[in-house]
Amino acid sequence: MTPLLTQAALPFSEATFALTLALLMLAPLAIAGVALINAGLGRSRSAAQSLLGNVAILAVTAMVFALIGATWVGAAGGAGHTFQLAGQSWNWLGAAPLLLGGFSSALPQTQLALCFEFLAVALAAMLPWGSGADRWRLTAGCAAAAVMAAIVFPLVAHWIWGGGWLAQLGVNFGLGAGFLDGGGAATVNVLGGLSALAVVWIAGPRKGKFPKEGLSTALPGHNAVYVLFGCLLALVGWLAWNVAGAVLWLHAPLSALPVTAVNTLLSASGAIMATFTVTHIRFGKPDASLCANGWMAGLVASSACAGLVTPLEAIFTGVVAGIITPLLVELLELALSIDDPSGAITVHAAGGLWGLLAVGVFAPQAGQLVAQLVGISALLGLVLPVVYLLFWLLNRVLPFRVDPDGERIGMDLHELGGGAYPEFVIHRDESYR
Amino acid sequence: MSGGRPSIPMPEREESMKYAGLLAMPAGFFLSIAAVLLFPAPAPRTAFVLCGLAVEGLGLAVAVRGHMEARGEKLS
Repeated sequence: MTPLLTQAALPFSEATFALTLALLMLAPLAIAGVALINAGLGRSRSAAQSLLGNVAILAVTAMVFALIGATWVGAAGGAGHTFQLAGQSWNWLGAAPLLLGGFSSALPQTQLALCFEFLAVALAAMLPWGSGADRWRLTAGCAAAAVMAAIVFPLVAHWIWGGGWLAQLGVNFGLGAGFLDGGGAATVNVLGGLSALAVVWIAGPRKGKFPKEGLSTALPGHNAVYVLFGCLLALVGWLAWNVAGAVLWLHAPLSALPVTAVNTLLSASGAIMATFTVTHIRFGKPDASLCANGWMAGLVASSACAGLVTPLEAIFTGVVAGIITPLLVELLELALSIDDPSGAITVHAAGGLWGLLAVGVFAPQAGQLVAQLVGISALLGLVLPVVYLLFWLLNRVLPFRVDPDGERIGMDLHELGGGAYPEFVIHRDESYR
Repeated sequence: MSGGRPSIPMPEREESMKYAGLLAMPAGFFLSIAAVLLFPAPAPRTAFVLCGLAVEGLGLAVAVRGHMEARGEKLS
């Protein structure tokens, strides 16, 4: 497949503008899908708090990003904060006008890019919320989302989408076309997944998850229908997301967009079939929630590479993501005592990292693999410790974890005063005896 | 009387492991950046970037180990 990234950025035609805007109106379905998956994989006693949290995080990130974050993301070719090192200029932070100044008069692609980033920051901040389910307080979750929208996301998005140093690796050091992330695999999924890891580390596991003796306790999600329907919603959103991303960040011509959409579907399909097979072999029957995780991992991996690979390569990428997912979920829970109810660490962090690596593996340009590796190195080596530090400080001010009594009665009753399913009796939890 | 060094209590050791791991990860990142700056040839550049990633992997492993709950420790 001809790499899209070699195409120069041209001014948007009216048709391209209209198409991209329409796609961006569909992209929130990805957010809705992830919200449903988060709620379904949590417990019934915390379902309302989970969904309210997702909506609240969407609102908080939109406000904070408009007030602060958008300034620091900047736009490719726009103003930025730089420093000189080894004879090269390193653009590390954007310097756009404050408070969305000049937004309405900006170039059409700049306006659309900002719309994309509003959705991206919301999705990135929702991923740790799912991992902290059943014990993360709503106010602390919103505060963490604000930190992500104000500081972490703008930094990463500027490096990759705003003409920052990762995007310039190609120009400055001859590394392919610079770090490529057409659909937000790094800026959304890996960032969100690594933030989820930080939250899980700081908040600790759910009460009763890892008993003093024996294996970890299974705390299955309360509604597989939510989870699987969320996967279908996410597909629509992801298709829109990846195609819009290909236009905005890879400068893809209209003729290349159908392949991007097909690659997204093929990656997810390959992934769920692989997970289905792996879980069937391991457990005798396919596991619904793990298959859902596999499907999502395929979508996440496609976020990096859907606009840059052939359909066969997209299937391969998805199959690998689908094999990794159930094995890593098991490893995290059984061997590493990481309690991640929504599987965001596996699905979004690991799936995203694999997708970003696949871009380098399949890219025809020399140096693209190194550019992708440097980007992965920045995400793991710099972004994760920074997020951990920020969340650790935030936890000192606004404790993440609910008190034991709140966890026992459920987040719905404790934080909202009412349950999601008032007509049903919530059964007694055996692990608290 | 034992001639060995005094052992560090488990919670303190795990705390220091957490932070040691998280500090090793930026070291790996800077190694990757140094590789890009110092090695124009593709082979050594790739090798050193991979070394940087390996250091990050080690840091992550140490941080994970430090965070691993001693089973039942937080289940009061």
